[in-house]
Amino acid sequence: MTSTALPSSIQGGKPRRAWRNRVFKLAMLFCMFVAFGTLVVLLVDTIVTGWPALSEQLLTGLPSTLPEEAGARPAILATLYLGALVLLFSVPIGVLTAIYLEEYANRERWWNRAIEVNIQNLAAVPAIVYGILGLAFIVRGIGVGRVVLAGGLILTLVVLPTVVVASREAIRAVPDSIRQGAFALGATKWQVVWRQVLPAAIPGIATGSILALSRAVGETAPLIMVGAITYVAFNPTLLGPYTALPVQIYNWTKQPDADFQTLAAAGAIILLVIVLSMNAVAIFLRNRYRKQW
Amino acid sequence: MEAPRIDSGRIAEVSHGLDRSEVERREKVFSVSDLSVAYHGNVALDGVALDVHKNTVTAFIGPSGCGKSTFIRCFNRMNDLIPGAKVAGTVLYHGQDLYARDVDAVEIRRRIGMVFQKPNPFPKSIYDNIAFGPRVLGMRGSMDDRVEQALRQAALWDEVKDRLKDGALGLSGGQQQRLCIARALAVNPDVILMDEPASALDPISTTRIEDLMHELKRDYTIVIVTHNMQQAARVADMTAFFSVLVDDEGGRRHGILVEYDSTTKIFTTPSDKRTEDYVTGRFG
Repeated sequence: MTSTALPSSIQGGKPRRAWRNRVFKLAMLFCMFVAFGTLVVLLVDTIVTGWPALSEQLLTGLPSTLPEEAGARPAILATLYLGALVLLFSVPIGVLTAIYLEEYANRERWWNRAIEVNIQNLAAVPAIVYGILGLAFIVRGIGVGRVVLAGGLILTLVVLPTVVVASREAIRAVPDSIRQGAFALGATKWQVVWRQVLPAAIPGIATGSILALSRAVGETAPLIMVGAITYVAFNPTLLGPYTALPVQIYNWTKQPDADFQTLAAAGAIILLVIVLSMNAVAIFLRNRYRKQW
Repeated sequence: MEAPRIDSGRIAEVSHGLDRSEVERREKVFSVSDLSVAYHGNVALDGVALDVHKNTVTAFIGPSGCGKSTFIRCFNRMNDLIPGAKVAGTVLYHGQDLYARDVDAVEIRRRIGMVFQKPNPFPKSIYDNIAFGPRVLGMRGSMDDRVEQALRQAALWDEVKDRLKDGALGLSGGQQQRLCIARALAVNPDVILMDEPASALDPISTTRIEDLMHELKRDYTIVIVTHNMQQAARVADMTAFFSVLVDDEGGRRHGILVEYDSTTKIFTTPSDKRTEDYVTGRFG
């Protein structure tokens, strides 16, 4: 027998399982195409529609009833303010909550388990519910009013559970051997958490927080609830009336004039750019600081 | 009946061990009596009593599940960190009960260092790994000197002196483990506990760690858990053999201390049949 001769069983035609293999591969490719293709079509359509209206006027101008003069500066600024407020409120509260739940809470106590379950559930509550809650308690209850600060607080409520869950994942991913090593050197619990666990978890926390933030920035429903108004012809302030980019887009789409539809698409492009840049930062952080244990 | 004689070809020779009488002349660092540990009510280890003496190496050997790792973690109260763990009995450290009400576990751990089975360097630079302990303890003096001294003691200085700012995770497994030893030394401990410190390492790295133990015992008291009997024979002055006791009724298993004596005695003329079976490889 020569060395090149192969047994017939591996030379012959494709057996059935190889065929099945191909079918499943095609099915998966198809599903991916449906998911991804829809997204691409939407993006391309928005960009093609909105491109003509994408101008300096749109970025820096004030709203107007005339489509050719309308701009979205107050809405863009308010959206950036809202994003900053959400970060400011949700990261410290969310991270400290996550630290408590992961490092301090005794899971044998029922109340800690109850908090855990509730946070998971809160993450799934529709944003409009937070809008109603915010209207009742923040806007009217403590009388903050229909201002940027109130919007920021409500969006914080919307994303806080997500920040907590993401931070907990990041903290849990820090191996226990790191904690043990630090404890064995005579570090206190606080020193272990603050100097070892938290620094090691920061890439994950940052990634999760930014992704939560980009969700907040795109929210419309709760802001409509708490009175982000349509026509704001001045730059927003912390305690002043405001509109937000998604709300502005929503309102443009309701206008009968076709030129406003184009403006809405252009506004959507700006919102997309804001959200996608945040996600890019998140991905960069994740890749740059990813730890190998 | 003749005393059990073990065929000396089967195990490594006991190379550095001190006599039992010599060991017992030295100051007692730990004195354990009637110690038992339970996890959520399940007894893991019961009725252990032994003394550990200054500037000696004491090894704990025995089959898996005999509680030797549980036991070593009683010396620096690392079991406190495991939910549901309960320690009963006394562990005297220089005459003070480690489990007394007013004793702070954090204060214990700065005097009794620990090296773990798997090297666990912090995800920081080599320098910061060593400096972490002195920093959290607020130790004064030059940190650079302290880092250099610790790395020299752990026989790692020559290999890393030009890259102290590099990440510790880039070191080899054996280097990482010596870094962990250096990290433990940097806080000037009295005792170093080693829980199977070489079990994840290759033979050459293992030899280096063993050589290091001979060096370190001049300044420190060392307690080591090992799976490897040859290792115990090579490094330890005293050896404690633990085994698993199975209850007649419930079939519950827990660890017990079978025999504690000089390493030479344990490996050549053990008094207990179970020890003999274990060290000759007939069991476990």
